[in-house]
Amino acid sequence: MTVTAVRKDPQSRTMTLEAEFEASLERVWQLWADPRQLERWWGPPTYPATVDAHDLRPGGRVEYYMTGPEGDQHRGFWEVDEVEPPHRLVFRDGFANEDRTPNTELPMTTARVTIEEMGGGKTRMSIESEFPTVEAMEQLTAMGMEEGLTQAVGQIDAILAEVPVARRL
Amino acid sequence: MYNRMVVSVQIALDHDRIFGALGDATRRDIVRRAIDGEEGVSELAAHYPMSFAAVQKHVAILERAGLVSKHRSGRRKVVRTNPQGLRVARRLLDRYEKLWRERVERMSQLIDDSPKEVDR
Repeated sequence: MTVTAVRKDPQSRTMTLEAEFEASLERVWQLWADPRQLERWWGPPTYPATVDAHDLRPGGRVEYYMTGPEGDQHRGFWEVDEVEPPHRLVFRDGFANEDRTPNTELPMTTARVTIEEMGGGKTRMSIESEFPTVEAMEQLTAMGMEEGLTQAVGQIDAILAEVPVARRL
Repeated sequence: MYNRMVVSVQIALDHDRIFGALGDATRRDIVRRAIDGEEGVSELAAHYPMSFAAVQKHVAILERAGLVSKHRSGRRKVVRTNPQGLRVARRLLDRYEKLWRERVERMSQLIDDSPKEVDR
């Protein structure tokens, strides 16, 4: 079990998740600092992410898009606030329009990532996500719901794709 | 798979109703006040700069979303928050947890797949 603790506080609108990895501090940091690694875990398998800008410095931006089963693309970005390699990363995570401008109708969440050595070749990572308002929390989690639906549809597509009928993707 | 879709759609509809209901500041305030379950619609209405009818309408929307219900208390009818409805809101934080758990799972996989580190 990698995730070791989860705390959810509807009052302060935060969710804190702690995980332990059998890997060095540097290795875990690379998951965030290397765009090619980041895109392998950020999006779900049905919505893989492609990172096309990655400036991990205070004031810098990370930009990505996720591609859905229908070829639909969804853009997002981070606004980087704090970076202390290989220990700490703070960024605001938002959605963007097709032209990369921020989608201001959707709220941004703040993520605070802390990575520390535990000894014995283990590394602990904690991620604290904070929603700006209760409304934002409601809005984003409602979107998660939609994503779940989209995934269910994607699974049906996957099954259909296995049926031996000529089908172009 | 089909059943799963139907269930998903049903959950989505429920969530829509709950979010619609909670998407208004006055209604969220009513939900907060009604936790004690001691006030009727007219007492609740006294807290807001709007008509009794308007507050009654808000209460009706909350009732339909399953967030509050009316109960008899002696000769009065009081509005009481339904904890089950609030639990659904809480469940949404759970969905967010799931999102990050899955990400961490993929991170782990990625680390496992990478060549073992030597002399770091």
